[in-house]
Amino acid sequence: MLRFIIRRIIMLIPVLFGLTVMMFIIARLLPGDPVALAAGPNATHEEIAALAAEFGMDQPMIVQYWTYASGLLQGDFGVSIFTRRPVLTDILTYLPATLELVFAAMALSIALGIPLGLMTAVYRNRWPDYLARVLALASISMPRFFLGLLLQLCFAMWLMTFPLGGRFPIIYEYPPFVTGFLTLDALIAGDLESFWLACRHLALPAIAMSLSPLATIMRMMRASTIEVLQHDYVTTARAVGLSQRRIVFKYVAKNAVSATLTVIGLYFGWLLGGTVLVETVFDWPGLGLYATQAIVAQDFMPVIGVALVIGLLFVLSNLVIDVLYGVINPKVRYA
Amino acid sequence: MSEPSKQVSPMGVAADPMEDIAVESARRLAWRRAVFRFRQSSLSMLGLAMVLAVLFVAVFGSALAPFPEHIAGGVDTGNRFMPPSLAHPFGTNELGQDVLSLVMAGTRVSVLAGLGIVLIATVLGTVIGAVAGFFGGWLDEVLMRISDLQLTIPGLIFAMAVAAALGAGLFNMVIAISLGWWPGFARLVRGEVLAKREETFVVAAYAIGAHPLRILFRHILPNIISPVIVKMSLDIGFAILTVASLGFVGIGVRPPTPEWGTLLSISRSYMPDFWWTAVFPGLAMFFAIFGFNLLGDGLRDVLDPRARR
Repeated sequence: MLRFIIRRIIMLIPVLFGLTVMMFIIARLLPGDPVALAAGPNATHEEIAALAAEFGMDQPMIVQYWTYASGLLQGDFGVSIFTRRPVLTDILTYLPATLELVFAAMALSIALGIPLGLMTAVYRNRWPDYLARVLALASISMPRFFLGLLLQLCFAMWLMTFPLGGRFPIIYEYPPFVTGFLTLDALIAGDLESFWLACRHLALPAIAMSLSPLATIMRMMRASTIEVLQHDYVTTARAVGLSQRRIVFKYVAKNAVSATLTVIGLYFGWLLGGTVLVETVFDWPGLGLYATQAIVAQDFMPVIGVALVIGLLFVLSNLVIDVLYGVINPKVRYA
Repeated sequence: MSEPSKQVSPMGVAADPMEDIAVESARRLAWRRAVFRFRQSSLSMLGLAMVLAVLFVAVFGSALAPFPEHIAGGVDTGNRFMPPSLAHPFGTNELGQDVLSLVMAGTRVSVLAGLGIVLIATVLGTVIGAVAGFFGGWLDEVLMRISDLQLTIPGLIFAMAVAAALGAGLFNMVIAISLGWWPGFARLVRGEVLAKREETFVVAAYAIGAHPLRILFRHILPNIISPVIVKMSLDIGFAILTVASLGFVGIGVRPPTPEWGTLLSISRSYMPDFWWTAVFPGLAMFFAIFGFNLLGDGLRDVLDPRARR
């Protein structure tokens, strides 16, 4: 198992290398002059040239890539040409917010998706099943940002039960930094009021993000439960006279979950890259908002940095899922 | 789907004319069976009806819109922010434009872009996947590693970056999104080609001396078309969603081109008092995506035997 994990981590290196090369090529091949954009509309040619020289953007592309890649090996993600801050510092500031949102959304969709999937499979082809399936397809078709706007409209503007956006009220002080997750940090500090505030800010964006993974997890869980239900051992369990509830929860659920795990792993990475929209709606200060600002400014170092971090987390989450397979199902061997 | 068509027709030569007729009727039977099963499912039929409605509006929307002058960018400042009424069923926006007319005109933009993205991605992905699967070796290795890489890069951020660099415009946006869309098709086609490559009819085609490219394009690809069609129909909804997403973050189509995501993003600032300016474009988006997804799901149930439950 350890050897399997180490080998997978070593295999990450060429992937990350390729990712940087690809993003670099795209950044350079496409039209647009980021330096001129960063220098502002009134900059002279000399000022633009000076800025380009400062960031090494007057060098040939190979040289630029070499500088970037060797910096990367030392943990240097480059400097944003727009904010002039190191990209790594920015990413570390915004990453916890995005991770907190994604974890909350995933927790919500797993907690609801798996039982719903089990239920619809057990009630297969009866009305709860039909209803849940149509709702699932509708949820997948619902644009996250539109759902976010509707939630905002209903709960923040009309009913005023939830805050409109942001992570925390501006007038309050953040709980002391431990994990970067405001909810956890507030709990660690023993500050229940802050915890409650953080949860209320988190609720609407997390719901908006969770709907489509919830539906996908439910559909996957339904399909694998139906498959497992047809196995001989389920028939045997029925013949022995075990109750339906015991069969479903003790024998079927565990076997059905392992197929659903892949979807969960994929969705985790997908959500990380897809927070952009929900973060825009709720002004959630995360990586997505940061990337959007960088993209609009054609500031490519942060964009490459964000793509790299999300790519890394995506591959790592798949690795975690592969390891979890073995924990849930001991029959899986690591080759 | 139909066993006989798999084994006989791709040979390209039919020795016995009667056999040809038998193959033809077997195909027709399989087709009729698929149509029958599709029609059995009320959800699939609902999806089809919704898609037809969306396509109808996409084609004739600009002509049928109650206020065509607003589509071209005309304003009516005397009628700003009118709530939904008989004259303006979806209300009017901050420029006094009829929201219904804008939404109807936006249908063409979204549907065209969605279809364009999926078509480009299908062609790119099919060629790359087919070549990788058919020829194998280092070519396969290189193409598949590139597609793995592409799958690792967050799609929306990639599309946003490329679209921003290419500049505003519908065409640029379609290109930007398609560039990140092909790996799914490439993987699907590669897998199918690998499975078909060893079948008897391919070996037979080799035996009569057919050129490898002819075998690939005339014998193998026509036999793997149905999973590709299923993926296409399932992807159109998501392509429309991606187009709207780019519009929403302010990259992509610029006003006055009426695009659903852009409309939604502009009218966000006028909530909650003038909620109709945001809610109706959003509902149109949901309707179109839901329709395509229902249709795609129904098609998959009919065309992809593995997914049938």
